[in-house]
Amino acid sequence: MTAASHSSVDVAIIGGGPAGLSAALALHQLGITNVVVLERETQAGGVPRHTEHLGYGIRDLHRVTTGPRYSAELRKRVEAAGITVRVGTTAVDWLDDTTLQIADATGLSTIAARCVVLATGVRERPRAARLVAGDRGAGIFTTGSLQQLTANHHQRPGKRALIVGAEHVSFSALLTLRHAGCDVVAMVTPLPRHQSYAALRALTAQRHRVPIITDTNVAEIHGRKRVEAVTLTDGQRIECDTVVFTGDWIPDNELARRGGIDIDIASRSPVVDGSWRTNRRGVFAIGNLIHPAETADICALDGRNVANAVAGWMATNNWPTDPLRIVVEHPISWISPGAVQPRAAAALKHFTLRVSEPVADATICVTQNGAVLWRSRRPRRLVPNRSISISASWLTKVDPAGSDINVTLNVGQPHK
Amino acid sequence: MPEVYDVVVIGAGVVGTAVARLLSHHHLEVALLDAGADIGAGTSKANTAILHTGFDATPGSLESRLVARGYALLNDYAPNVGIAIEPLGALLVAWDDEQAASLNASAEKAVANGYRSASLIDAQSVYELEPQLASGARGAMVVPDEFIIDPWSTPLAFAKEAIANGVIWLPNHSVTKLDRSNDITVISTAEQHTLRARCVVNAAGLHSDDVHALFGLAGFTVRPRRGELIVFDKLARSLLSHTILPVPTSHTKGVLVAPTVFGNIMLGPTADDIDDKTATGSTRAGIDALLAKGQRILPALLHEEVTAVYAGLRAATQHSDYQISHDPTLGYVCLGGIRSTGLTASMALAEEALALLQRCGLVATPKASDELRSIRVTNLGEAFARPYQGGSSGAIVCHCERTTSNEIVEACTVAPTATTLDGIRRRTRALSGRCQGFYCSAEVCALAANASGKPMSEWLGNQ
Repeated sequence: MTAASHSSVDVAIIGGGPAGLSAALALHQLGITNVVVLERETQAGGVPRHTEHLGYGIRDLHRVTTGPRYSAELRKRVEAAGITVRVGTTAVDWLDDTTLQIADATGLSTIAARCVVLATGVRERPRAARLVAGDRGAGIFTTGSLQQLTANHHQRPGKRALIVGAEHVSFSALLTLRHAGCDVVAMVTPLPRHQSYAALRALTAQRHRVPIITDTNVAEIHGRKRVEAVTLTDGQRIECDTVVFTGDWIPDNELARRGGIDIDIASRSPVVDGSWRTNRRGVFAIGNLIHPAETADICALDGRNVANAVAGWMATNNWPTDPLRIVVEHPISWISPGAVQPRAAAALKHFTLRVSEPVADATICVTQNGAVLWRSRRPRRLVPNRSISISASWLTKVDPAGSDINVTLNVGQPHK
Repeated sequence: MPEVYDVVVIGAGVVGTAVARLLSHHHLEVALLDAGADIGAGTSKANTAILHTGFDATPGSLESRLVARGYALLNDYAPNVGIAIEPLGALLVAWDDEQAASLNASAEKAVANGYRSASLIDAQSVYELEPQLASGARGAMVVPDEFIIDPWSTPLAFAKEAIANGVIWLPNHSVTKLDRSNDITVISTAEQHTLRARCVVNAAGLHSDDVHALFGLAGFTVRPRRGELIVFDKLARSLLSHTILPVPTSHTKGVLVAPTVFGNIMLGPTADDIDDKTATGSTRAGIDALLAKGQRILPALLHEEVTAVYAGLRAATQHSDYQISHDPTLGYVCLGGIRSTGLTASMALAEEALALLQRCGLVATPKASDELRSIRVTNLGEAFARPYQGGSSGAIVCHCERTTSNEIVEACTVAPTATTLDGIRRRTRALSGRCQGFYCSAEVCALAANASGKPMSEWLGNQ
C-alpha cells in the first residue's frame, strides 16, 4: 500500500444511486463539499439506468421521465456541482468507526471519513434464495439481470416467459420482456391479487393479454439445458423457456452487517432513527437499503433529507444512543425507520410500513405503554408490497422515558 | 494429434484429470476425453469439498489406503498451484446416547485407518469450540486434519498442468464403442470421432460402469446417489469454525455443515438412490429435509439467506469400496465406483492408475524436471489473496464474489477454457454469489463474448 492510497473526507457516501447522489447534492448545497461518492459499478445512477420506461422523477424532479434519463439527470447535477464520484470502487470493510477499506482497479486502499452514509440499495431475491426446486437450465433471471441484458446489450432473453411476482417491478419486467420481443405467458403471485396500480394491470390485461395466476407460487423448474416448463404449487404446468423472478427485495446490507449495525429481522434493513442514524456512531443509512423497495424518487428524498442530519452531527459531534424501537405486529411486516429519538427534533415527516397480507378496512394504531399516540383508519385495502405511509406527527407525544413503541393494525375497528 | 495414443483417459473429472496430469510427467502421448464440454463438470463439481483424512473409511480397504495417500499428495500440491485449502478441522458431533456411545468406536476406527490425531471431547468443550451449535450435543470427536478445499480448482489445475505438458484435451467426446485388436483399442464417440490407443483408463465417474461394459466387462453397476446441497450466504460463515460432521452410517457420511473456502456455509448432502444419471435437479423434499437438519444442528444458519441450491450425483455402486481393476490383454485400467472421497484420493488414484498401466505393459519414462512445465490457477479462496486486492487485474465485475474483469477474460482464453457460464463460475466464482447475477450477469456475458468470439446469446443458452 502506498502513501497515496489513504485519503480522508468529511462524508463518504457508499452507493451512487438516486439516494446517494441526492445526498451528495444536498450536502453540497449546505456547504459540505468534502464529500466522496463511492460507486462500485462503472457508472453512477443505480438501478434506474436499466429501466427504459417512464415512471421516474415525479417526487424529486417534478416531472416524469425514464430510468436512464432520470439517472443521467442526477449524474449531470452531481458533475456540475463538482462532487467527486469514484466509480469502479467498492467499500470492502470497516477499519474503524468511519474508516473504510476500499477496492478499485488499483487494489486496496483506505478512506477515513468523519461520517459515512450507506446508500447501498437493494436487490431481488434470486431463484435459489426463494428455494425453488428443480433444474438449473439457462433462462432464469431477476428483473435486474433481465433489464441489464436488454437495455445495455440488446439481448432477447427468450421466447416465452413466466413472471414470478405481481408487484410494481413485475410489471416493469413485463414491459421489458415485451419490448425485447419475448411473450409473457403469465404472472404468478402467491397473494390473492396483484399488488400494483389498477391502471397498470388493466393496461397489461388489455394490450398484452397476460393472465395473473393468484394464490399460487412456482414449485419446480424443468429443463436441464434450457428452461422448458414450470410446475406451480397448484399442480399446473406452464410451458415456457424463461422465468423472471421479480421483487421479493433484500437490502444490500453486507457492509452494514459487517459494521455490526442493528438489522431489522423482517426487512433485513439497518435500523435507523428519524434522522437516519444507525447504532454505529457517524454512520447513516438511506434509500432502499432501509425500505426495500420504494421508487427512486422516494430514495432521492431520503438523500435530500439526510443532509441536515449529517450537518448536525458534524457541527455537534452528538450521536444519541439507545433510541426507542418501534415494534410491529402481524400483519405489519416492517416499518421504516424502525426507531425514534424522542428528544431529538425529527426531520422525518412520514414512516413507511408494509403488510404481509391484504387487509381491508384497517385502523393503524401507534401506542406506547398501552396509550394510543395516534390512529388512522384506512378504508381502502392495504396491499402487500405496496408502501403504506403514516404520519410522523405523533413523535411529539412520545414519552422519552417510556417503553418501545408499538404499531398495530386493527381490522374493522370503527373509526373514532 | 498422434496416430496412436499411448493412453486415452476417459472422463475429465477430478480423477481423470489427476491421471492425465501424472501421465503428462512422462514421455507419453495422452488424450483426456470427456462426454461433456468442460473439466470437472460432472460429479466433481458438486463435491462436498472436504480434504478427508480417511478416519472413517473401512480399514484395509482401497479407499482407506488411497485417501490417506491422496491426502498427503494433495495437501502438498494445492498450495504450490493456488488451490485453496483451509486447515479448519472437523467435529464429529454425537446428538444422542447411541451416537455418543459410538464415538469410541469411531476413534478406534480412525486408529485402524492409520489416523492418530483424533480425540474425544465432552459437550462443554463442543460448545466452547462451536458456541452456535444447537443444544443437545453429547460430545464429539475432534478430527483436526479434516480440511476444506476448493473442489472446482483442483480438477482445473490438474487439467491445466496436463495440457501444459502435452496432454490433448478433447471435450464433447462421448465414448460409445471400444474395440480391441492387435493391442490397439479403437475408441468411437457419439460425435463420430475415432481415436486409437494402446491403453485406456476409465475414469468416467457416473458412467464408469457403461464404459466398463463397452469392453464386455461386468462386476459393478453405478446407481447414482443424488446429494442435494444448500449454500448459505457469506454472512453465515462466522457461525462456524469447524466442519460439523454427523456420526456416519454405512450408506453415507450423512448431512454435514461445512464452511467453504469460498467463504460460505454449505449444508448437505442428502442421499437419494436414483436411476437417472442426469437427474441433477433439486427437489422440494430434499430442500425441506436439509433445512430441518440445519435447524437441528445450527439454528442460526436458517436466519441467513440462501445463495445456491444444487444437486450432485455420486457414483455409488453395490460395493462399498472403489472398483479398481486392470486387464493387460485389453490394455485397460478401471477407476470406478469412486464417491465423494475421490477428490482427496485423486492424486493417489493417479499413482495407482500409472502402476496398473505399467502392469499392462505401458512403458512410462519420466520426463526430466527441466522438461516439466508448472502452472498456477487463480486462488478462489477467501483466506488467501484474491486478484481484486492486488490492483493489476482490472475492475471488479462480480461484486458478490469480487471477481475482476481480467479473471473472466482469462477463464475464456486460457486452456482449458470455459465455454459456458457454469465454466466461468467454477474458474472465477463470478455469478455464484448472493445476487446470482442480478448485478453482473449481463456484464460477465459481454466480457465472455468479447474474449471468446462466441456471441452473447450462446453464453446465455439461447437457441
